[in-house]
Amino acid sequence: MNMITRRQALGLGSAVAAAAGLAACSSKSTPEAPAAGASGTSGVAGPSGAPVSLPTGTIDETYEGHRIQITVGPGGHHGMGMPTVKVDGNDLHIMPNADGSWVTVVNHYETFPDPVSAARAAVRELQGADLVPFTAEEAKL
Amino acid sequence: MTVRKNQAALTPEEKRAFTNALLELKRTGVYDRFVTTHNGFIMADTDSGDRVGHRSPSFLPWHRRFLLEFEAALQKVDPKVALPYWDWTADRTSRSSLWAADFLGGTGRARDGQVMDGPFAYAAGKFNVNVRVDGRAYLRRALGEGVAELPTKAEVEAVLAMPVYDMAPWNSSSNGFRNHLEGWRGANLHNRVHVWVGGQMATGVSPNDPVFWMHHAYVDKLWAEWQARHPKSTYLPAAGTTNVVDLNDTMRPWNDVTPADLLDHRKFYTFDAEPVPAVAASQR
Repeated sequence: MNMITRRQALGLGSAVAAAAGLAACSSKSTPEAPAAGASGTSGVAGPSGAPVSLPTGTIDETYEGHRIQITVGPGGHHGMGMPTVKVDGNDLHIMPNADGSWVTVVNHYETFPDPVSAARAAVRELQGADLVPFTAEEAKL
Repeated sequence: MTVRKNQAALTPEEKRAFTNALLELKRTGVYDRFVTTHNGFIMADTDSGDRVGHRSPSFLPWHRRFLLEFEAALQKVDPKVALPYWDWTADRTSRSSLWAADFLGGTGRARDGQVMDGPFAYAAGKFNVNVRVDGRAYLRRALGEGVAELPTKAEVEAVLAMPVYDMAPWNSSSNGFRNHLEGWRGANLHNRVHVWVGGQMATGVSPNDPVFWMHHAYVDKLWAEWQARHPKSTYLPAAGTTNVVDLNDTMRPWNDVTPADLLDHRKFYTFDAEPVPAVAASQR
């Protein structure tokens, strides 16, 4: 179960694509600037499925008075290549969908085109409240 | 035998019994274990990895079993209680009796989303939100703010007409009945209702709002209605699918129950208005 399956590798591909989007918009991350989304193509696996080098993109912006930091790299919650998202320094659980869109634990039934949009929606939803650490706990019923 | 009724048809006595049983499960800590389990699954279920409770074919049988466990817990408190269902195609505004102070209470106030009336309001002192993703311990709602409209009867009918239960790749990008009902694709039924309610219902800890159970009891009823309309269709996939619960695979966290065990709800409960089988309907 811990082996990386082909489907997981494909999932990683979409994360990498989004990460490329992150890198693309990191230089103009203001609340007004539309998020670049997952449109970036550098670093996406080609038709050959050749291994890709993970980009190092970061976001550090203030949105409605709250700090959003997004980094991409090894050791993310769902494994290598997933973005790590923090709001005011606290981790925000985020997850990619198969179509390249994203959900977070704060808006888990609504999809967003990229991690930045998802993080901004979380800021609006939190209304200033702090995120608490998350654990994927499987309590016995 | 348990009979699940439309919430709009409950008597004041039935509403009181239901809300009292919920408060008792909250007091004993049983309620919060269900919230924890749901959030654990929603964070772990991924489109590209293992997926059991959500974004997968077992979304429907997993929630059927989850609700059965919760209903059994309620019935330990009060054997007369059954889970009501909320038909959101019919009771589709914040003025519905569902949201009255004698039942679930209404929407949240503008300032912080806090529910201020009903038995589950924070100020009433009996329903703190303990399993949470942020610091707020009060029940919140924003009825109709995240999305303007609940699904319509016509939108539900279009999904019920889909003949195939689920399709590869068996996740949030699938075509077929399950994913259209779950809402990742198409008109969006189940997911949209979570967003319409807002507050904790829009998050991974959505069972913090008691309406969670009534929403899912109706989603469960729609599965039964789909089965009645498509008697030759069944749960898919049948076998051998990586990361996905096949018809005869056991489901976490119980590990002793399969989708096949849960296909016929009448083994466990009936509805006040049972779905009419397609054959009988065509003979009328």
